[in-house]
Parts: sequence; structure tokens; C-alpha cells
Amino acid sequence: MAATKETTAAVRDVEQYKYGFITDIESDKAPKGLSEDTVRFISAKKNEPEWMTEWRLKAYRYWIDLGDEEPTWAKLHYPKIDYQDAYYYSAPKNMPKLESLDEVDPKLLETYKKLGIPLKEQEILAGVAVDAVFDSVSVATTYKKKLEELGVIFCPISEAIQKCPDLVKKYLGSVVPYSDNFFATLNSAVFTDGSFVYIPKGLRCPMELSTYFRINEQNTGQFERTLIIADEGSYVSYLEGCTAPQRDENQLHAAVVELIALDDAEIKYSTVQNWYPGDENGKGGIYNFVTKRGACRGRNSKIMWTQVETGSAITWKYPSCILQGEGSIGEFYSVAITNNYQQADTGTKMIHLGKNTRSKIISKGISAGHADNTYRGLVRVGPKADGARNYTQCDSLLIGDTCGAHTVPYVETSNPSATTEHEATTSKISEDQLFYCLQRGMTQEEAVSLIVNGFCKEVLQTLPMEFAVEAQKLVGISLEGSVG
Amino acid sequence: MALLEIKNLHASVAGKEILKGITLSLDGGEVHAIMGPNGTGKSTLSNVIAGREGYEVTAGEVLLDGKDLLTMSADERARAGMFLAFQYPVEIPGVSTSAFLKTAINAKRRAEGLAEIDAMEFLKLIKEKTKILDMPYEMIKRALNVGFSGGEKKRAEVLQMILLQPRVAILDETDSGLDIDALKVVSEGVNGLRSPDRAFLVITHYQRLLDYIVPDHVHVLTGGRIVASGGKELAKELEAEGYAKYLDAAA
Repeated sequence: MAATKETTAAVRDVEQYKYGFITDIESDKAPKGLSEDTVRFISAKKNEPEWMTEWRLKAYRYWIDLGDEEPTWAKLHYPKIDYQDAYYYSAPKNMPKLESLDEVDPKLLETYKKLGIPLKEQEILAGVAVDAVFDSVSVATTYKKKLEELGVIFCPISEAIQKCPDLVKKYLGSVVPYSDNFFATLNSAVFTDGSFVYIPKGLRCPMELSTYFRINEQNTGQFERTLIIADEGSYVSYLEGCTAPQRDENQLHAAVVELIALDDAEIKYSTVQNWYPGDENGKGGIYNFVTKRGACRGRNSKIMWTQVETGSAITWKYPSCILQGEGSIGEFYSVAITNNYQQADTGTKMIHLGKNTRSKIISKGISAGHADNTYRGLVRVGPKADGARNYTQCDSLLIGDTCGAHTVPYVETSNPSATTEHEATTSKISEDQLFYCLQRGMTQEEAVSLIVNGFCKEVLQTLPMEFAVEAQKLVGISLEGSVG
Repeated sequence: MALLEIKNLHASVAGKEILKGITLSLDGGEVHAIMGPNGTGKSTLSNVIAGREGYEVTAGEVLLDGKDLLTMSADERARAGMFLAFQYPVEIPGVSTSAFLKTAINAKRRAEGLAEIDAMEFLKLIKEKTKILDMPYEMIKRALNVGFSGGEKKRAEVLQMILLQPRVAILDETDSGLDIDALKVVSEGVNGLRSPDRAFLVITHYQRLLDYIVPDHVHVLTGGRIVASGGKELAKELEAEGYAKYLDAAA
């Protein structure tokens, strides 16, 4: 009887889908606001199978039940977001193409130059029309071919839903369920695109996978969804983001990233986030509410998060590890820089479930101007996690006396054999250090950049080489004008 | 024209006058020593010349190569050729000595309109200069001054001086915390830099350093004034008789 009822309900849903759906599918934009129609529209636009649409709708209904109650525990202040006053889907628009770099805002070019971005890449980033035969595009194509030969799947998630639905079905939402939190639920209902990666058994992926490859292929939009699966004994290093300043007309960003590492697999996920932080008076800027979580499912698996967060007006982000497999390892390395009126509430969760699991947290928060920077972390050791170990180190650096640094570490241990260590420091850039550097001929900005880079060194050195050099420069640029 | 010209320099800290009219003239090739007991304004003088914040110049002039130094910021003064070897070099955690040296060298090169130093050229230069100072080359991989012994810190200061080739170098109590061997090495480093287009101002408490870095002129600073000047024999005299008679004169 119950089964019949369920079937009827499902059929009704399908009917609704077929006939009750009135939005013009040819339109480039979903109607304003969030409704079942919007969700169906997005799903239809992506030509998704029914199970995907249903999953989205489940998330949507759950979100409605949450009654737009955003989490309020973070130390963040921002005006209430009107979720009905936004568009949730618009076809990627072509940016107006410029003829040459001469037409680009000189201020932007100056930043590119400081970051040391090659001319060709500057052109792409700034939206300059480039020749059909463009070096890095052809390089990217070559790479893609090689990856395919190795059995690596690396594609937009919308493509993966079509190409390998079984993998997506099995793992999507398995680390961050649609009901996880307000923003993850929203993302589950309306995500537009993102990356999918599958590394086959035993393969050590020979190159860093980077969203950067896809930079001129599509605009992934504000609700990005990424799923990375490392099968037994495999290894992958994934780079997300870009050191170049990124602007977006959408103020709200709510991405979800899920990582799954099976037996003996290792995933290294590095992010450099440099979204528009707003101006020096705190006007504008991106709100970045991100849910990132990795599951070390297999024995001796390892997940390592490295993040360099310099942009956004609001950052709400806690890349975490669930250490299920025996002997699995989770690591979190973070640099968060806030200047002017930026606010960052970021940290990690290390959930020890398996025996002899280990985790390490190194967090460096730098605050300048009127900014607020909070480290929020949770280390939880479950009753079965015999011999679990955690080491946490949180260092805060203050520049000037109008900014704030806060450390909120939670440790919950339900296993007496676990060891957790926590160290925290707060310091200021001293006048002595600054004067010493100035006396050697460095400018104020060079001096701050050097000292802060020294402070973050432990984290920056975990970044892949080519990323690290740009990140070091970015650290300096983010703090320009913070002293003197 | 003198290389460094200090004329009637008055300076105060938090409203209290520390320097009460200092006049000094350093020509190219000269080494001047300033001696005096603690708390008489020796370090204030070096900080004021180098442009440290927190000091107010109430009167007087300081000219480097005829250019008004007092209107320049600390980093501009450094790039104009003013170098201060610190009494207490500060630790900069996480910044390797080599990264620091490279940044400093490039700041100077940029001011001179030169391109950044080539990585190979830089390493060659460092190898050569660390050898002069009897420093292990590996030291440049360590964070600047972090965990350095007193001798290592002072060697690192002199290494920077050698690399930056200043017009005028002030050595603020460079002998403090040095054993005799280190003192010799550091002094040799300084002596190797003596040249007709460079001048040194050596601030010290003891005459010992002046056995190795032999001055052309010695000045006694007490109570914010230079109360006596003479040749290198003045230092010997101070060593033997102390500062007592000058303190009386100042009071």
C-alpha cells in the first residue's frame, strides 16, 4: 500500500514536471526569485536526468522548511540577503570583447603586473579577444587528451551527470548532504556548474588539475559544485581559483566542494581566493559562503586542504575532513588576510572516527584596517578513534590598532587515548621590524609584504610551486595601504 | 663638500631634548668615532640620522652629499646611501636571510634604475662575501637573526653593509656582544670597505673596537653635546682616564 502511494507521488511529480512547468525554456534567464519552477528550469536547461531534478527539489523543499534562517553563529555582520530578489540562472554571457590591453583599466593591469601574470594570460583575464590559436588553450587540450588516456575523468559536473551518472549518483551529497546547512542546501537546489574529477585506482595524476584550464570555456557562476573522487591508491593535486582579482556581478556565492579518498588515496586541494573585497570604505564585495568537506573513507587515505583567502567582503568557510578510514590523515593549512572592512570567519573541522587517525591544523590570520578575522575550528574525536592525534596551531597577526583577531577552537574528545595539542599566538608587526626593513631601502609596502610572507611561510610552502610564487605577491598586494 | 654634514642638530623624544646642538663633518675616506657613557644621546643620534619615527628634530640640518636628509623618509635615506648597522638587529621570523638580502639589494638597484639581480649572480655574490666574514654559507637559509648568536647577528649586519655599499655607514655599538675573534672578523669586513668615497661613523663605548677600526677623528658625546674632539689618541686617553672629567664639563 505504502509503495503504491509513493509511486503515485512520484508520478505526480513527473506530471508536474511535464505540464506544470511553464517557464520558457528557451529563455536565457530563469525568472527572478527561488521557486520549484526555478529549480526545474535549471535542471531542464542542463538536460538533467530525473534523479538529479528530484535531488535538487528535495534540497529546495528542505531549504524552504528552513525558513530562510541563515546560520548566525559566525562572527560576521552583513545586511539580510533577500533570496527572492536574485536570479539563479542566467546563460553565460559573453563579456564584451576588447581589442587590446590598451582598453583595460590601468589599475587592473598594474595588479596583473605586480602578480607577474604573463601577458597572454592577462589578455584572457581581462577579456581581450585572443587569436583562435591560443597557446594555453591548445596546451589545455593536449593535457585533457593525456588525462583521458590515463582514465582520469576531469570535466564540468553537468557533463559528468550525463557521462558517468553512476559515479555522480553514488558520491554527490555523500560528504555534504543536501540537508547539511543553509548554504549547502541552497547550493544543492540551484547549483549551476563546477568540476568533476575521478582518478582511477593506483594512478598518480601526473599534473596539477586546475579550474584555470577552463577559464575561458565557461563562467561557472555563483553556485559552484565540485566533486572529486580519488580511487584506491591514487593521488591528485587540484588547484582552485586564481590570484588575479576576480569580479562578479553576483554578490552571493555559495559553493560546495566534496572530496572522497578511498584506501591509500591522497587528495591535495589548494585554493587561492581573490574575489572582489569591496572598496576601502567597505562598499560592495562578494559574500562567500562555502561548504568544503573531504571524507577519508579508506584506510591510510589523506586529504590536505590549503587555502589562501585574500578576497571577498564576507568569508564563511570551513574546509573539513572526516577521518573514517583507519590511519587516515587530514591536514588544513590556511592563510586568511582581511583588510579595510573585510570580515572572515574561517577554519576547519577534523572529525576523527577511525583508529589512529591524525590531523594537523595550521592557521595564519592577518588582519589590517578595520577588518575582523576569526579562526573557528572543531577537533572531534569519536569513541572508536583509538590513538587519534591532532595538532593545531593558530597564529594571528595584527596590523594597526583598529582591526580584530579572534580564535575559537573547540575540542571534543570521547576517547581517552586521543591526544590533542593546541597552540595559539597573537602578534603585531613591530615598529622595530618595519624600521629595520626601511633602513635597508625597502618601501613600506615591500617591508609589510616581506614580514607577512614570513609569518605565513609554513602555509604558503604547501602550495604547488607556480601557485606559491603568485600567492606570495598577492599577500603583499592585499595589504597595500595598511601601514603608514 | 663633506660627505655627511651635521649642523647644530637638536632633537627630542617625547618633548625631552636629547641632542642639544651636534655639529659634525665627515669627509670621504674618513672614520669618525663617537664615544661616551650610556644615556648621552649616542643611539638617538644614529636613529635621528637614519630617520626612525618617534624623534622630533627641533633645529639643525643633516646633509648627505649636499642633499637634505631630514626631509626624506627612512627608506629614501637608505636608498640615498645611508646605512645603519644596528646595535640590536631585530628578528624577522619566517623570512630567510637570503630573501631579505635579495629584497634589499633589489630595492637599491631599482633606485639606481637597474634591473633586479640575477639569481645566479646573487648566489655568487653571497658566497664570496660570506667567505670574507667567515660565515657559513648555509646561514643565509635561516630566518633573519632568528636564533643567531650575538656574533652571527653582527656579522649579518656587516654582510648587509658590504652588499649595499653605502655612502655613509653608522655602526651603533657593533662591538657589543662580540668575542675577540668575531670582533677581528667584523672589523676586517669594515676595513675592507674603507674607501675615498665612503665615510664611517663608529659609535662605541669602549676603545677596544678602535684598535681594529682605527679612526681619523674621535669625539666625546655627553649630555647631548660633543664636548671634546681629537685624534685616535683621545680614545686611548678615555680608556685610561674614563669620562669623569667630561661629565663634569657637561653638567
